[in-house]
Amino acid sequence: MEFITDQDPYPDLRVNIGSLELQNPVMTASGTFGYAREFENLLNLHRLGGIIVKGISLEPRSGNPPPRIVETACGMLNAIGLQNVGVERFISEKIPYLRGLRVPVVVNILGDSLEEYQEITRRLGGVEGIAAIEVNISCPNVKKGGVAFGTDPQMAAAVTEVVKKTADVPVMVKLSPNVSDIRLLARSVEDGGADSISLINTLIGMAIDVKSRKPVLANVIGGLSGPAIKPVALRMVYQVAQSVEIPVIGIGGIDSTEDALEFILAGASAVQIGTANFVNPRISEEILEGISDYVKNQQLSSIRDLIGALDI
Amino acid sequence: MSQHQEKATIIKIEQFSPNNLRLTLDAPLIAPQCKPGQFVMIQTGIGKDPLLRRPFSLHQASSNGHIQIYFKNVGRGTNIMAHCKLEEKLDVFGPLGKGYDIDIDRPACLIGGGLGIAPLLFLAKRIARTAKDSTQNLIIIGGRSREEVEPLVKDFQQIGMPVHCSTDDGSFGIQGYVTDLFSSQDLPIGSQVYACGPDPMLAVLQRICTNKKVGCQVSVESVMACGMGACLGCNVPSSKGGYVHVCIDGPVFRAEDLVWNL
Repeated sequence: MEFITDQDPYPDLRVNIGSLELQNPVMTASGTFGYAREFENLLNLHRLGGIIVKGISLEPRSGNPPPRIVETACGMLNAIGLQNVGVERFISEKIPYLRGLRVPVVVNILGDSLEEYQEITRRLGGVEGIAAIEVNISCPNVKKGGVAFGTDPQMAAAVTEVVKKTADVPVMVKLSPNVSDIRLLARSVEDGGADSISLINTLIGMAIDVKSRKPVLANVIGGLSGPAIKPVALRMVYQVAQSVEIPVIGIGGIDSTEDALEFILAGASAVQIGTANFVNPRISEEILEGISDYVKNQQLSSIRDLIGALDI
Repeated sequence: MSQHQEKATIIKIEQFSPNNLRLTLDAPLIAPQCKPGQFVMIQTGIGKDPLLRRPFSLHQASSNGHIQIYFKNVGRGTNIMAHCKLEEKLDVFGPLGKGYDIDIDRPACLIGGGLGIAPLLFLAKRIARTAKDSTQNLIIIGGRSREEVEPLVKDFQQIGMPVHCSTDDGSFGIQGYVTDLFSSQDLPIGSQVYACGPDPMLAVLQRICTNKKVGCQVSVESVMACGMGACLGCNVPSSKGGYVHVCIDGPVFRAEDLVWNL
């Protein structure tokens, strides 16, 4: 006769991003999940592995003129222009709600100079309810003629260093895919002291209206996201995971359990769900359930057994 | 406000013209929550392409769990919807946005141009039910030609408000724009205008309403990705500076709160 004792119906989905422990590997990507409250009635926020909130700058930004988005084949282009409430209003208006969530909240920060990155990080210091900082390095460096920090290994390392030096929480650096060798950038930010790397940000693209012969986006160019970019993102996550010691978080066109598992197999310790949130606000919870079923069905002792388990 | 995501069954398809259709959907969770001027986001494809949901204003919503959308086949998403069959299911998310702010004390003038006629049927029915005095209410609808206007007239007439029609080509009602029809009307003092239509029409209407000194609420359209304030893709310039977002601040705005370029 068998006794069923202490059999946990929930498989072990915990993952570690350096010193940060997540109850599961499913997070929501910056800029696709607002400040989380927008989604509170649509899914159980408390079940998520982590929430990355909309990118914050030192001062409020009103963003780009319309049109800001356009659908493309299996994806979309956006040029929102980093519209956000600024760090002060973020702390006074958004943090009180986020603090009440039983989920790690990661604050995405952006700036157009090293000083700005440093100052935002300083302001976020000591604020209760922030589990980590994610650094968006895809922004143009105004002092270097507008070249994006994230396209130059030295500038990427410099931003990482300045944020790491100032931050009192783990630092995750989000890489831009608009480079010729993503491994160089990954090693640079690792050398700069990053605790983890998330990738990829959007791929720069454009769309043209042939009737008017004008660009569809007011900003002319924008960032491509959605299922269209997944193979590129997966390849880059695979390459980066091979190149660095620190944990890697996979982002790019994930809209199903299988997509998320692919990134984990390629070496990602966790994933972020982005554009798919726009189509199905419940998708992150559905993917989480799918991963849970997969781990159970495969009789794995932990999702951690799957990280980087790609069989080549 | 309560939003739902549900698989709604198509229970009626009305083809008004080669490209203009009306679908009736059984959406028991969404329908009771709807207010005139609100919208729903509908997933048109089942795969990854087209990726994004499409926004549709609520043409009607009933307490028996049905919603209607009235649309034109203009692109990939609507083309898929135009070829849906009875009993097929569509993934619907809503209701979303802020609807019309109905002033039950004021005579109502409803003005719709083209597909902008869509939300006005729901609004007219609600006004007819709630207004203190319906005798001075007025409906003006118009479109490019007969096929965009005539099929909807009977539904509006049943409400019991006078209906005036115009078409650009004169094939139905008077020839001209709805704004021409509107400016020729002697509006009762203290009227409230509720409008929906293309931006150039709304811009003209805003100017006329300012001259006539009547309040004007307009429902505007925009491309959207999420419909719920997450993507921030549907911004329009605000007259107070900066931007407002069609999905959460609208789609209905007081006309003076937006910037109009004629």
